[in-house]
Amino acid sequence: MGILSYFRTKKQSSASVAKERLQVLVAYERNQRNQPDYLPQMQQEILAVIAKYVDVSMDDVQVNLDENCSILELNVTLPEAVKS
Amino acid sequence: MAEIIVVTSGKGGVGKTTSSAAIGTGLALRGHKTVLVDFDVGLRNLDLIMGCERRVVFDLVNVINKEATLNQALIKDKRTEGLFILPASQTRDKDALTVEGVEQVLNELSEMFDYIVCDSPAGIEKGAQLALYFADTAIVVTNPEVSSVRDSDRILGVLQSKSRKAEQGGSIREHLLLTRYNPVRVQAGEMLSVEDVQDILAIPLLGVIPESEAVLKASNQGQPVVLDQQSDAGQAYLDAIARFLGEEREHRFLEVQRKGLLSRVFGRKG
Repeated sequence: MGILSYFRTKKQSSASVAKERLQVLVAYERNQRNQPDYLPQMQQEILAVIAKYVDVSMDDVQVNLDENCSILELNVTLPEAVKS
Repeated sequence: MAEIIVVTSGKGGVGKTTSSAAIGTGLALRGHKTVLVDFDVGLRNLDLIMGCERRVVFDLVNVINKEATLNQALIKDKRTEGLFILPASQTRDKDALTVEGVEQVLNELSEMFDYIVCDSPAGIEKGAQLALYFADTAIVVTNPEVSSVRDSDRILGVLQSKSRKAEQGGSIREHLLLTRYNPVRVQAGEMLSVEDVQDILAIPLLGVIPESEAVLKASNQGQPVVLDQQSDAGQAYLDAIARFLGEEREHRFLEVQRKGLLSRVFGRKG
């Protein structure tokens, strides 16, 4: 076992782990930054309306706005019970 | 009209003040009349790095409040011709700086100098936003380390949305200055490389300053590191300044230096 592990591929360097983590994070944060300021508020209000009729939580709603602010996509994951 | 340069980073302790001092001095050495303005109100340190801490009488806030004239507050550097320092105030009043006040001072400085180098405080709060608001050019100081790179990206976002240039539909010229670079650790896969940081931040590279003993030695003595022209860091800053002024300079100090026989025997330090 000891000899085998010796031949195993080298562990990923910590610098490349850092780079990968940064790439994901920075992409996410840039996306957030480019969103209009009203988006969080709008998301809250849409959710409040939906919550009046269906039992949903904040995590079940995803609001995406494409880069030129031309398409607004709203995804709501409904609880199992409502679907049937 | 002067070109206004902001030296900024988001994160603290990455070398903004060291870099401001080096760049300002370097521009003056190249014959450009330059003023270094410390925007770090409450925590001024540029005076200390420039070795003029005992000559501070009036400061930026005094000038804004009209308690002193600009000429009274400007400190003439004793070593470098054409270089002046405008220190920050040590007041604890966070609202000491106003957009109008800063604009007025920068306008006045603009008549007198070729370059205005603004040393930004850390963070993305009011002080940092004011330091970059009027800038034409930004030098983003970054260490090859995750939190510094992330914060640099955030400050790039601020530059692209909260600066006057951005508000008027234009954009600030952005430069990356990578400091405290250690080629040995990069080679060992323990530190982000220049290419890694460039891939993430995607702005033009102005220079790479190696981690160097010369930097602490220079700040101990209150002397900008570019004046130590034997040092690797000093030379790297001078290269960056030459590039800033439009010259082509190859990047140095990116590879592991192989020690010569003599220095190996006698343990000389580069």
